[in-house]
Amino acid sequence: MTGDQRNLALLLFGVFVAATLAITTWAGRRRHGSPEEFYAGGRLFSPMENGFAIAGDYMSAASFLGISGLIALFGYDGVLYCVGFFVAWLVVLLLVAELVRNCGRFTLADVLAARMRERRVRIAAGISSVTVCVLYLVAQMVGAGSLVALLLGETGGRARAWTVIGVGTLMVVFVALGGMRATTWIQIVKAVLLMGGAIALTALVLVRFRGDLDALLSTAARNSGHGVDFLAPGLKYGGGWTARLDFVSLGLALVLGTAGLPHILSRFYTVPTARAARRSVIWSIGLIGGFYLMTIVLGFGAAAVLGADAVRTSNAAGNTAVPLLALDLGGGAGSTGGTVLFAVVAAIAFATILAVVAGITLASSASVAHDLYTSLIRRAGRTARGEVVVARIAAVGIGAAAIGLGLLAEDLNVAFLVGLAFAVAASANLPVLLYSLFWRRFTARGAVWSVYGGLLPAVVLVVLSPVVSGGPDAIFSGMDFHLFPLQNPGLVSVPLGFLAGWFGTVTSPAPADVPGHAAEHAETEVRALTGAGAA
Amino acid sequence: MDMHNAGDTGATRLEDPWYDALASGWGEADDTGGEPGRSRPPAAQAVYTEVHGSAAFQEVRRRYRRFVFPATAAFLIWYLAYVVAATTAPHLMARPVVGTLNVAMVAGLAQFATTFLLTWAYARHARLHRDRVALELRWVTQEMMRGHGR
Repeated sequence: MTGDQRNLALLLFGVFVAATLAITTWAGRRRHGSPEEFYAGGRLFSPMENGFAIAGDYMSAASFLGISGLIALFGYDGVLYCVGFFVAWLVVLLLVAELVRNCGRFTLADVLAARMRERRVRIAAGISSVTVCVLYLVAQMVGAGSLVALLLGETGGRARAWTVIGVGTLMVVFVALGGMRATTWIQIVKAVLLMGGAIALTALVLVRFRGDLDALLSTAARNSGHGVDFLAPGLKYGGGWTARLDFVSLGLALVLGTAGLPHILSRFYTVPTARAARRSVIWSIGLIGGFYLMTIVLGFGAAAVLGADAVRTSNAAGNTAVPLLALDLGGGAGSTGGTVLFAVVAAIAFATILAVVAGITLASSASVAHDLYTSLIRRAGRTARGEVVVARIAAVGIGAAAIGLGLLAEDLNVAFLVGLAFAVAASANLPVLLYSLFWRRFTARGAVWSVYGGLLPAVVLVVLSPVVSGGPDAIFSGMDFHLFPLQNPGLVSVPLGFLAGWFGTVTSPAPADVPGHAAEHAETEVRALTGAGAA
Repeated sequence: MDMHNAGDTGATRLEDPWYDALASGWGEADDTGGEPGRSRPPAAQAVYTEVHGSAAFQEVRRRYRRFVFPATAAFLIWYLAYVVAATTAPHLMARPVVGTLNVAMVAGLAQFATTFLLTWAYARHARLHRDRVALELRWVTQEMMRGHGR
């Protein structure tokens, strides 16, 4: 990146930061400190606004840069990611969004608490939510650091460290001062920017090939160096059986994990009714589907226009494919058009990371304050306002932790961390959520076992995976304790989460012997499907 | 941005019949729902159990489940089949269909198409077969609650 590009990118990014700070101030103006306002933004967003915000929460820089880069390097295998990330929304729409909106108030644990009032259930759900959030947060922070290093051309550790610290500080300011209202507006602005950038680049790619997709694909295949193999699966995940199983495992985690992500679940509480929650998901499915289709065009476009070798030379993981494509489409290095387009793409990527990070921080501070603090600290005179103060402090603490971990983990692969967060969400959060919404017999013991029975295997299998030890790219490359062959634990830990929930339930006393069990189930079902008594 | 916001929420309020229910303050009754160790008054439980047993509620529940369970099974099987085919049968997936389009591309685009289609079908089904009855049940339940001295 030349000096001009860097200055322009920094200027545009500065404008975005100023705009988001203005939004935060504006949203905080009418603040009165209630949990309804801090966690749910007053529940008065429209479905369209929430749909954009959900899309903003979901479309991370990992998708914009990472997946299009994967497609540019490995062709069709990158498309498999897009499909998994997108189909997952059907689970959210059909099974989760409306029922969660009706039964819950602020967090995942609230949905379970509608049926099981035991403290241990809330603590378990709180712990797994915070774990998922922290993993996802670290992934985004690491991504932010390497993105800045790549785009600004400063490969030194200092630029990286300061970026992580800067992003962390900004997100704490957004969340602690602005709560859900500010965070939602930041997501909306970011979603509009990201969609706008993707649409502009896609249009330019299509113009370059005169709208002929056939020519785009055949040029991509020719310039990739792989020929027609580029357009079929197998380049990345085709190796031995472990690589193939690994992808099936990742695919399972992607499709089932989305519905267990705490920052996505908390978005449904920002609209007034379940019907509005459904309509927001429909909006976001439209936006996300369109976005991933454009990502595919951009990925193949990068391979066709730049050639896979140029992409790989710039960044081995392909993360710079889209910015380089923008530079070329704008007129090439040195031209005004190229400079502007490159800077715009870089600024959008920063904005994307910042917004996603703010959304996750808010969700995790809600879990800490609303689930863990209220369950663990028993004190007379605890008030709702006090809980919001705790949530604001928790946002600062989580921000600090994320900065620290982001600095420590800066060499970890971002896609791996995101895959891990999805795997934990799919193993620990989704089984308990579905059981408690749909299974009459489900008990508190089943809930607790289901959460820990998914969470522990997922974490333990990752520690024993080849990512942590036993290879040249592993975290502890000097040691070898990898007993589990796959990088992604989903294939084993998701079934274990469901199995543990089932086993915990059937070993509980029969529901007929427990007073109130049937009534609690009846209440959950009536509330979930009709919205009676919804917050 | 501000004006756009105001306009949109206004529209939701008008066309969203459930919105009014929030203003009734009923939601507050559940304020302590998450508190450990607190249980609901028996009267409320009786109301929920009664509504749960009613024919109208069982019909809503049946309509919801009869749509989402088969649909979920179908799209999960279709997605897993796609992932497994992509990883175990790359040669089949590489077979050309038209021009540069091969089976893999067509299957990937078909995944997008079926997702959009199912989204549309679900929204339509919920709007036509569920929303009205569910809303009536919500009112009935909340009326019964008030009748129990709340």
